[in-house]
Amino acid sequence: MAFRQVKRSNKATTALIIFVMMLTFLNLVVIRGILVGLIQSTINVYKERYTGDLFISTPLKKDFIENSPNIIEIIKNQPWVQTYSARYTKAGKIESTYKERINYIEKANETNGVISGINPLNENATSNLSSKIIEGSYLTADDTESVMLGAYLLKKYLPIESATFKTLENVGIGSKIRLTINGNIKEFTVKGIVRTKVDEIDMRVFMVDSILRNLAGRTDYNVNEISIKLKPGTDPIFAKEALVKSGADKTARVQTFEEGLPKFVTDMKNTFALLGNIVGSIGLVVASITIFIVIYINAITRRKFIGIMKGIGISATAIEVSYIIQSIFYAVIGVFLGLLVLYLGLVPYFNAHPINFPFSDGILVAEFGATALRVLLIMIATIIAGFVPARIVVKKNTLDSILGR
Amino acid sequence: MSKIIEVKNLRKSFKTGDSELVVLNDMTFDIASGDFFAITGRSGSGKSTLLYQLGLLDHPNVGEIVINGINVSTLNNEGRTKFRLKELGYVFQDYALVPELNSIENVAIPLLMQGLEREEAYQKSEAALQKIGMGEKLSNLPFQLSGGEQQRVSIARAIAHDPKIIFADEPTANLDSETADNVMKAFLELNSHGQTIIMVTHEPEYARLTNRVVKIGDGKILMDGKPGDVL
Repeated sequence: MAFRQVKRSNKATTALIIFVMMLTFLNLVVIRGILVGLIQSTINVYKERYTGDLFISTPLKKDFIENSPNIIEIIKNQPWVQTYSARYTKAGKIESTYKERINYIEKANETNGVISGINPLNENATSNLSSKIIEGSYLTADDTESVMLGAYLLKKYLPIESATFKTLENVGIGSKIRLTINGNIKEFTVKGIVRTKVDEIDMRVFMVDSILRNLAGRTDYNVNEISIKLKPGTDPIFAKEALVKSGADKTARVQTFEEGLPKFVTDMKNTFALLGNIVGSIGLVVASITIFIVIYINAITRRKFIGIMKGIGISATAIEVSYIIQSIFYAVIGVFLGLLVLYLGLVPYFNAHPINFPFSDGILVAEFGATALRVLLIMIATIIAGFVPARIVVKKNTLDSILGR
Repeated sequence: MSKIIEVKNLRKSFKTGDSELVVLNDMTFDIASGDFFAITGRSGSGKSTLLYQLGLLDHPNVGEIVINGINVSTLNNEGRTKFRLKELGYVFQDYALVPELNSIENVAIPLLMQGLEREEAYQKSEAALQKIGMGEKLSNLPFQLSGGEQQRVSIARAIAHDPKIIFADEPTANLDSETADNVMKAFLELNSHGQTIIMVTHEPEYARLTNRVVKIGDGKILMDGKPGDVL
């Protein structure tokens, strides 16, 4: 009976109900997906551009990772390591337009930042930093007189005024900047500007590692951080444990990328997950109410026929099941169309055109497991929301239903 | 003829505010198996109310109804539903067909609910429709049928499961006279084969076609007998 009712009901009405179900499903998945996507893309980009799968960093009370060459040798010998990038970091002063400065009363165009010495090839193999160059070009090993600036050091890309944080004005490709590290001063040309939306990268000055070592007066080969990219399928926890067993943790902090996330990111992740669940729960309630209204209107307009069915001896359960089957039909088709729109339309679209948020490129996260859970929830809600109104109408007095009283 | 229905001290009243409107008051009568039994009376006299009590669509306040030896007054809702499904057939004034189901599907519903296999249910439904002269319109939806044809499908639905009794509530009220005549012919044909029919009608010409008429008014049976004596 349910099948016949659906098959022979008004096509436009059926299409509208299915459309509403599809939107309801998308509301349930997409809003949460974007919220989660915002933070997930932050985590992804943090991992891809900065920490890698494993991150080895300087212990809190040290200036660098002692015995770095030994640790790097251990890393090189691990079969699960795909690439790694060892970085030197040093705090420094960055000045620009100093030649145009007329007198010392005039405010200097300068800021403080982290100067990072990298092997450009290794860095690019690990973090693909060259793909995030927004102006100019990426460093090469021969760029002894050039640097690459993080975009957030420039007012052009971070137009904020702060007493504690200054940005450089009127700096672009080809501009001269002056770096002061450990009291040593050297002038460089800006070769490229990189923007990853990771503060740790976008607030740095990058140069070739040997130049930084000279400038900072570092005679050893002890680096400050090592980002490791693992071969696909390698469990970061397994890799971390292997490094710890090799003694790498004696002079360095060894963390998986998750452990290396800043606290605010993990806090945001939890907050957004909570928000996503709240929005999802509201979406589920809205979905339930939608189905309830659809089935209730359907049932109430057919109250007379329900009464007649009962009158000729059709059991209440059979009538209720018929309405539940109808509501499941609407939900299944609506959800199926929603899945098509989601995985063939929205997810590829947001991957290709991420939402431009200040701290990440917002993508739509719709993992199959989470989506399957929401499909299950919407089905349970459908069964309940289909059953309740049918029950309300079926429970009415048979004769009252037949006579329309 | 054996008694198929025994009604004892039947009373049905409705609350209207603080007062009580007594529609059926202490009625006692029997109906024999194979009767074509007409209930007549003025508008508001309680004809349909009596039919609903006999057809187990409503509960009397007081009294006992025994159908085919079973005291149906003691049945619970589930028992009454099953009893209606197996033993009784209904024809309503406005046909009461499910709009999304075609003729044969409308007729087959009670059979399928009785647990018959689909093939058997459809065979029986087709036979019932052919019996009533609707064998050519098995696949028509209700809106594709005239009022008379819909009513005949409704009769086919009522008889398909060989019920003990058919209850018809003003089955000709919505039909033109020619169509109404055809419906009555269908009832008479069924009755001629021993089918018990209880029909409410306010049209004397159709009540005259039955073999027993009760006229009710003021909650009581005013007259009971052959049509020629009552009408």
